Amino acid sequence: MTNQDYATRISQLIQDHQAEIGAEWVAQLEALTVRSSVVSREQLRGHCQQFLSAFTVATRAGELQNIEHRSWDEVRDLLSEISSTRAKGGSTPSDTASFVFSLKQPLFAHLQTAFADDAIGLANASWTISNLLDKLGLYTIETFQRTRDQIIVRQQQELLELSTPVVKLWDGILALPLIGTLDSARTQVVMENILQKIVDTGAAIAIIDITGVPTVDTLVAQHLMKTIAAARLMGADCIISGIRPQIAQTIVHLGVNLEDVTTKATLADAFVVALQRTGTSVIKAAAKA
Amino acid sequence: MERIPILRMGDLLLVTIQVDMHDRLAMTLQDDLTERIVSDGAKGVLIDISALDLVDSFIGRMISNTAAMARVLDAQTVVVGMQPAVAITLVELGLTLHGVKTALNVEKGMALLGKNIF
Amino acid sequence: MSAAQNTADMFETDLLERHRGLRTGRTSLPLRSDEDVVNLRKQVRERAVAIALSLVDQTKLVTAASELARNTIKYGGGGEAHLDTLAEGIRQGVGLIFVDNGPGIPDIELALRDGYTTGGGLGLGLSGSKRLCDEFAIDTRPGEGTAVSVVKWKR
Repeated sequence: MTNQDYATRISQLIQDHQAEIGAEWVAQLEALTVRSSVVSREQLRGHCQQFLSAFTVATRAGELQNIEHRSWDEVRDLLSEISSTRAKGGSTPSDTASFVFSLKQPLFAHLQTAFADDAIGLANASWTISNLLDKLGLYTIETFQRTRDQIIVRQQQELLELSTPVVKLWDGILALPLIGTLDSARTQVVMENILQKIVDTGAAIAIIDITGVPTVDTLVAQHLMKTIAAARLMGADCIISGIRPQIAQTIVHLGVNLEDVTTKATLADAFVVALQRTGTSVIKAAAKA
Repeated sequence: MERIPILRMGDLLLVTIQVDMHDRLAMTLQDDLTERIVSDGAKGVLIDISALDLVDSFIGRMISNTAAMARVLDAQTVVVGMQPAVAITLVELGLTLHGVKTALNVEKGMALLGKNIF
Repeated sequence: MSAAQNTADMFETDLLERHRGLRTGRTSLPLRSDEDVVNLRKQVRERAVAIALSLVDQTKLVTAASELARNTIKYGGGGEAHLDTLAEGIRQGVGLIFVDNGPGIPDIELALRDGYTTGGGLGLGLSGSKRLCDEFAIDTRPGEGTAVSVVKWKR
């Protein structure tokens, strides 16, 4: 029998017994996933039905080895959808892959009946189906991970947004406290944000406070210097504050040139300097007698 | 030939660069500005680059040269509105624009010039 | 085949060989006049936007392209630029190759030094472009021509 013949025969078999296979499959799944109520019964049945229909159509096309083929587009899309839904709901990847793998048993049972007098045919068909469902199961895991990765990336971006607060201390004076460990990639993004905020607020001076930064390495120090240079090119100036003794040591040790950058130990000191530079002074009102 | 318009406001010359300049156009601007400083007796030049999303070494040099020539002619130059992405790129490129004053926007640029002209 | 094409092929074998299989959608642009440089900037910008490079990365790439294009015209006597979109697995990037049939660069080390210039410029074109991009390669043959290839990957 040629591959196409097998394919046609398998496809026909599934089509003829679709209802039964579907029922057995659902029963399997309900037994397996009794602990997780992530997917409701109706949803589960819906998924099974959709999958079986699409699966039947796809097998008829004859491409049983290659799930990337056009004929499997609908099945893959469906699996992506099911996988994403489950990922967002908190299912484990195994749960979702099991959804596909558990179709094997009902299918094998029916294959046995259909190929009762053809041992070799049965072996071939079983192997083909097993292989096919393995690939589809693995596909769901890949999609699952992709969705989770996207969620992680989005959360990272949100974290990044949160960690660059801007405080307007006075007219034309901004304070930008940096919080957390700065790696090279994050520092670049943070620096771009700082510059944009300077433009948005029209600040003359930006005080970059690094009290909340535990360590500074060469790359971070370089990025800081570049940001200050860029701010100056734009027409603003920067003061670095919150330099703790350890960081001061690191900076000197790394040989970073801070000659023409004003640095202060505390934000308060930096604020005073910024006020002076913008020509503002603070006068204490006379105490009431 | 296309030219970038130069506006006069009293002692001040104002240029707003809004097109992606090719090298010839940049050179023409440099020449025009220098001429106008003399012919109009200008004391200040304000170059607004807030619409420029690119400043490469040629344009950077044009700006530096213009500022230098202006200084020789007793006029001050201020460049305003540099976009953050452009500033970051110029720093990476190694272009310092030495001797060129900058400000965040036209208003601040005028304030800067005002302090020094009068 | 034009002389420029020959040069491009010759350099292609040496230059960033491993990028060969990753390139798609090549656009080739002539570099002879000032307007060509402006057009190149526009096209490079579009490519960068198409793969959603950050604004800063876009600017860096277009600036590098502008510098290299100018070099091609000023020192190489004119030439061509090839723009490619690169795809390596899930990673995307933009690759640019600048080719000319000019006199070549006799001393690359010197040429790559900040401030070195033979044409009265700022001497930042080559070294600057190298800093602005993620990958940089140059192949120059005295008397035959020069090819410079740069890549900017999406972070």
